Amino acid sequence: MRSLPFIAILAAVGVVVFFAAHQLHNDYVFFAGYTVLQYVVLATAWNILGGYTGYVNFGSAAFFAVGAYTTVFFHKVYPLPIPLLVVAAAAVAGLVGLGMGYLTLRLRGAFFAIATLALAVVLQTLIVNWDLVGGSRGAYVVRPASIPVFGSYIQYLFAIMLALAVVALATVRAIERSALGYGFATIRDDELAAEASGVPTLKLKLLATALSGAFMGMAGAPFPYYIGFLQPSSVFALDYTVNSIAMPMIGGTSSWVGPLVGALLLGSLQQIATVTISSAVNLLLVGLLLVTFVIVAPNGLIGLVRSAVARKKP
Amino acid sequence: MSLDLFVGALIAGLLLGGFYAAVTVGISISFGILDIVNIAHPAFVILGSYIAYVLNARFGLDPILAGIIALPAFYALGAAIYQVYYVSFEKRGKEALSGLAFFFGLLFITEVLLILAFGVDYRYVQAPYIDRSLGGFLNAGALLPAFVADLPMRMLVPCVMSLLMFGALLVFMRRTFTGRAIMAVAQDQLALRLMAASPVRIKRIAFAISIATAALAGAFLIIIQPVEPSVGREYIGRVFAICVLGGLGSLTGTLVGAMLLGVAESLTATFYGPSWAPAVSFGLLLLTLAFRPAGLMGR
Amino acid sequence: MTAPILEVSGLGKRFGGFTALDGIDLAVAPGERVGLIGPNGSGKSTLVNCICGTLTNESGRVHFDGHDLAGLMTHERTRLGLARSFQLPRPFVSMTVADNIRVPLMYADRARRGAHVAEGEIADHCGELLRLVGLADRARHYPRDLTQVDMRKLELARAMAVEPKLLIADEAMAGLSGSEVNDIVNLLITLNERGVTVVLIEHIMSAVMRFSQRLVVLVTGRKIADGRPDDVIRDPEVERAYLGQ
Repeated sequence: MRSLPFIAILAAVGVVVFFAAHQLHNDYVFFAGYTVLQYVVLATAWNILGGYTGYVNFGSAAFFAVGAYTTVFFHKVYPLPIPLLVVAAAAVAGLVGLGMGYLTLRLRGAFFAIATLALAVVLQTLIVNWDLVGGSRGAYVVRPASIPVFGSYIQYLFAIMLALAVVALATVRAIERSALGYGFATIRDDELAAEASGVPTLKLKLLATALSGAFMGMAGAPFPYYIGFLQPSSVFALDYTVNSIAMPMIGGTSSWVGPLVGALLLGSLQQIATVTISSAVNLLLVGLLLVTFVIVAPNGLIGLVRSAVARKKP
Repeated sequence: MSLDLFVGALIAGLLLGGFYAAVTVGISISFGILDIVNIAHPAFVILGSYIAYVLNARFGLDPILAGIIALPAFYALGAAIYQVYYVSFEKRGKEALSGLAFFFGLLFITEVLLILAFGVDYRYVQAPYIDRSLGGFLNAGALLPAFVADLPMRMLVPCVMSLLMFGALLVFMRRTFTGRAIMAVAQDQLALRLMAASPVRIKRIAFAISIATAALAGAFLIIIQPVEPSVGREYIGRVFAICVLGGLGSLTGTLVGAMLLGVAESLTATFYGPSWAPAVSFGLLLLTLAFRPAGLMGR
Repeated sequence: MTAPILEVSGLGKRFGGFTALDGIDLAVAPGERVGLIGPNGSGKSTLVNCICGTLTNESGRVHFDGHDLAGLMTHERTRLGLARSFQLPRPFVSMTVADNIRVPLMYADRARRGAHVAEGEIADHCGELLRLVGLADRARHYPRDLTQVDMRKLELARAMAVEPKLLIADEAMAGLSGSEVNDIVNLLITLNERGVTVVLIEHIMSAVMRFSQRLVVLVTGRKIADGRPDDVIRDPEVERAYLGQ
């Protein structure tokens, strides 16, 4: 299926989802759904770098936070409508990704992974010490009570995140099928051979880092409005990092379906778990699932499905 | 900028650096020599701290003694983890992505288990020397110069013990067959096999040793400062910064790097405030990676 | 005497205290078939890595097709027409044999030609290369299902997909049987007849002697002989250093 029909179908699914949620007349559905969709975007974004090129990013939370704080910055300086904030966040987070990549992508993957950790902490320290956006005291971003067309503001936020998810999924699917996707795969398989085959590995890695970072930033842009009061600890939380790694790895990193499946499953599970058990046990489960899958099913759920299908063929 | 303040910060930094060397030496072995990115190491250090806390609170044991008692258990844990890592990843050649995710998962699981078991309150240990200064402890205040007598025991003891542990490891690495085999395994597996030593076994021993160091390092840590489960995260950047700065594969490089970082952090905290301290290690790491990834003494 | 297509002058490379290459000079004329031999550890692979940019040489220069390669990344050198195959095959394991060949077609060949190349053309070209190396019936297989000799053929096919002017084949025949070795040598000769300069690095003397028009000998980082294969073989220094082992 070519890209245009795919986007159309995905968008149609999105519209259906939105109206189905609307029918339930319960704002909680939108709150929970927002979080799950947010993870769809984060997981998909992480997979561009982690799954496609094989470079692990331990600093997803930092890019998410960059997006959120871009919003806070504009909120204090010159308020903008959310769609524009999303674009701004994409630009800033993309640049941060590019900068970090430029410093570290010439080195091996292990160094890159460690550098992403370092970046996350440096960024957190910078923001904690930056008073304009509230620093460690936090920043209030008041959510309007209602908005034309959508009614309750949370439905508007949900719709935005839905749109972002559609864009993210359509983008990665298009990448997968293009020369770019093959280029990414060669980097993951064997960088040396990739270079020898004419693939400009550094350029592609920088592109992947910038793209991945941009999408994560976009996921973070509406967050201050969602949560109302933003503190560094709520965005630099390890939850975002762990989930953006666990969801694609559990779902399967080799295609766009994996992060989607992983985010939907794990995200919903966590929404249910948080109300029934403590959030610490919730995170423990994510960690255990991650380690188990990495050992037992390294190709994730879609990998398991593929093996099962392959075994059935004569 | 008063000289006293500067010298005080410098000395504090050196004491801290000695301790940092003990925390990092495990990574120097697992990452620097074995090429295994064990980012869960700081979590095991915190685990060591909690074990020292439990033995100290329950049985009144000196924390360092507790750390020594915990050594065999940590060694076994390290051996077990390496075995899983080897069978699942190294043998299959999938170390890159899966291996990193594996250790990240371990880091996470360890931290959350500690939260569930002990909660997020700070824990600390009690020992006769902890709140004293050197002069007070030895009851020799008048005999020693002021800056020596004022050295806090809670920093001095861990530093000295760290350096002892570090020294012992250096001797082990250079003088024993196993130690030299470990240094060699990174470079030439074939030669090792010809000497009838199994590379996998050597690596397992090395990794087990690296985790064992966490037991002692944890005990030292909880002497220096109160500990709660997320403290480990600050140390992720520190240990890798030190390792990379000092140069992978060089134990003496680790010591030098540790001292440098300790002093840099101490000076930053004294003159710019403690809220900037985390940025020092991570910033140093990024700079080293960007401009001199081989480190000061690396291969 | 036409200008050499590959010219290495005074190439030096050290690893710490160890000198791997010590002032290597080498000139390869367009269309030539050069054999490069030397004992293990003599620096052959290091030389290839320096020429292709995988390693950076400390001294000396490499000129290819009129370009100074200093500072160019490997993929840029590939795009200029300099191809190499790896000693231990390094296929892209997550894609089919056909896709393995399509990648260099997409990235090296298309990049060089600049204009947008149609998908159909790439597919045709890919099919042609598969037939040339004899892997047409394996197009949809994955590298892990290939035999040793097929892996080496894939390795060469990938290098050929770059549409090279010069191919460095690094021990393309190690571990193969007599008839398999012949297959590979014939493949390289075919390639050469199409106008590709070939530098063959090998230990299998029968193959080297059959293939080479010129023989270069490397021992502990230095070139000790360079001339007609029959002459070089009889050179006493070569006998002593290499063949006598």
